[in-house]
Amino acid sequence: MITRHHLSIRQALLGGAAALASLFAAAQAQAADPIKIAVIAEAQAIAGKSIPQAAQLAADEINAKGGVDGRQIQIISYDNKSSATDSVRAFQRAVSDDKVNAVIASYISEVVLALEPWAARLKTVMITPGAASNEITKAVHNDYEKNKYTFHGYLTSAELAQSVCDGAKDILVNDRQMKTAVIFSEDAAWTTPLDAGYKECLPKIGLQILDHIRMSPDTTDFTPIYNKIEGEKPDVMITGISHVGVQPTVQWKNQQVPIPMLGIASQATNSTFWKDTNGAADGVLFQSVSGPGVAVTSKSVPFADAFNKKYGNFPSYAGYTAYDEVYYISDAVKRAGSTDSDKLVAALEKTDWEGTIGRIQFFGKEDQFTHGLKYGKGLITGMISQWQDGKQVAVWPPEIANGKIRFPSFIKAQNQ
Amino acid sequence: MLALQILVDGFAISALYALGATGFTLIFGVSGVLNLSHGALMVLGAVAAWAATNELHAGAYFAALFGIGVTLIGAFATYFVVVRPLQTSRAIPKEETEIFVLTGTLLWGIMIQELIAYLFTDNAKTVLPVVEGVVNILGVRTPQNEIFTAIICWVVIGVLWLIVNKTRSGKAVLAASMNPRGVTLLGFELSRIYIAIWAIYGVLAGIAGVLLGMFLGVSSYSAGPLTGSAFSIVVLGGLGSVSGSLVAAYVVGYLETVTAYMINPAYRFIPALLLLVVVMYVRPQGLFGRR
Repeated sequence: MITRHHLSIRQALLGGAAALASLFAAAQAQAADPIKIAVIAEAQAIAGKSIPQAAQLAADEINAKGGVDGRQIQIISYDNKSSATDSVRAFQRAVSDDKVNAVIASYISEVVLALEPWAARLKTVMITPGAASNEITKAVHNDYEKNKYTFHGYLTSAELAQSVCDGAKDILVNDRQMKTAVIFSEDAAWTTPLDAGYKECLPKIGLQILDHIRMSPDTTDFTPIYNKIEGEKPDVMITGISHVGVQPTVQWKNQQVPIPMLGIASQATNSTFWKDTNGAADGVLFQSVSGPGVAVTSKSVPFADAFNKKYGNFPSYAGYTAYDEVYYISDAVKRAGSTDSDKLVAALEKTDWEGTIGRIQFFGKEDQFTHGLKYGKGLITGMISQWQDGKQVAVWPPEIANGKIRFPSFIKAQNQ
Repeated sequence: MLALQILVDGFAISALYALGATGFTLIFGVSGVLNLSHGALMVLGAVAAWAATNELHAGAYFAALFGIGVTLIGAFATYFVVVRPLQTSRAIPKEETEIFVLTGTLLWGIMIQELIAYLFTDNAKTVLPVVEGVVNILGVRTPQNEIFTAIICWVVIGVLWLIVNKTRSGKAVLAASMNPRGVTLLGFELSRIYIAIWAIYGVLAGIAGVLLGMFLGVSSYSAGPLTGSAFSIVVLGGLGSVSGSLVAAYVVGYLETVTAYMINPAYRFIPALLLLVVVMYVRPQGLFGRR
């Protein structure tokens, strides 16, 4: 009797404690602060529009699975209207008013370079999904203690040039015996190192550089430029364009410039490019890090399809990287067990994450491109795609290619 | 060879400038309004034509007409929402009306530009060309679309000339540009002439915008430079003088083309602006100006 009574008290106490504990835990989970990630991007530009959309998609997926240790991911978006000034203001607001834990910012190098000192001053982790300039990682390397908060979540210009050369070697030089090229790029911060990279690697793969044209991003009539290039009779134009895209492409087709284009053409990575050019994009070859229907990793296709389902178009290149960034920031928060900036930096440096663009690892403090993405086989190699009949078809590397190169009839290069 | 290339390319772009500037100068001549939303209205037409093809799946001809129609509505909206209320407002002193209208249309243009950027991004759009392919003119490979552009521009300018010089209402418009008071004394309703002139302007700006969209492509960023070039051409030719604008359009068009080919495409707008400054010093009324 006594024992039984005693037991029941114990049971009652235990049960009560358990109930209290679970109630307490639930309350705590509800009260757990969300992990706030600011997205500062060019919501009015083709390449930038995908950035907040992709970040939100990643956050929704993570939250649906319970978040990070019970904490939800909250994305706060700011439209920077492609302006560095607006971006700096948004960064300050994000950190001091909205108390974000990390920032994903912009596809424009000039904007990211303007934000980098602010990431240092406000000691807030910033990752860019789309800027390319080598200067971003150079600043981290040169003054690590100050600039360590900045990470480069997209290939540097030097790596982009290398990726284009790697692709061009196979599909232009080996397959089509091309021998000469003209570099055709826009005058911007990101193309200075890109062009330097082209100048170094193109001759190495067997493409002689006949001319190097840097045009103003304000150019509207490309006729004189194409005229000059055509006069030099190159086998291919190697491009470096991001701020422009639609106009040079449409005029290339309207004027039937008989020289193929291959290179970096950021706007071409977005699925709306075909519509924007009324199909003039047909035959344009461009480097990218991932693309619709291309299984760069097991995550690439499901992401692109989910994005298309939600927003009605496939993401630009910066959409893939922004999506990955939300995931590996969350992963870093989990590993660090904290959102403290310094701990987050340390955790991010140890990132080894399979994303939609490949395996993501950052260069370390001693490397030339500190906090830049590692490039190469087994990591990120990039790919070459071509617009064909309204679709982006992967043509290189052969492991992931889902089609063959096909040029429109006005191009003199041979089809194979 | 280069000279021929410049000759052919310059002709089309100049024809387009001429068409764009004609409507602009007509409005100024008749109602004294400098419409700084001009570039935005042209972009509106081009983007509407693009949207008709890509969102509504229309053909090239319908898309072009749709673009012109939208610009026409935009022109009327400019007149009825911005220009007329400012002109008739009792709160604005008479001598300041022009400045108010100038500022009003400028802000209106920015609103249109931002709205386009918001809805369709600020990246360039191109209108589906009505004709495609290239022809060889004296060894210069010329897009048929470019020839089409030049022909349409001159046909429209020709039709406009006929309307203004040969029809009764056209003559009233011409008279209004010379002496508005006299026209009212003859029994013409000035407000109806204004509506007619804005209608003509809307159609001209619409055609120019759609053709530019086919020829080079436009983005919301183009709005400012387009207003700027129309303004330079009209000031150079003499404010309010249609024939002056036509000549000035060719001067500016060729000056730009020569610069782009012979010096550097990045500097194409600079010599025309320098010329404008010189003209303002030497002959402030412009080449064919009346005042």
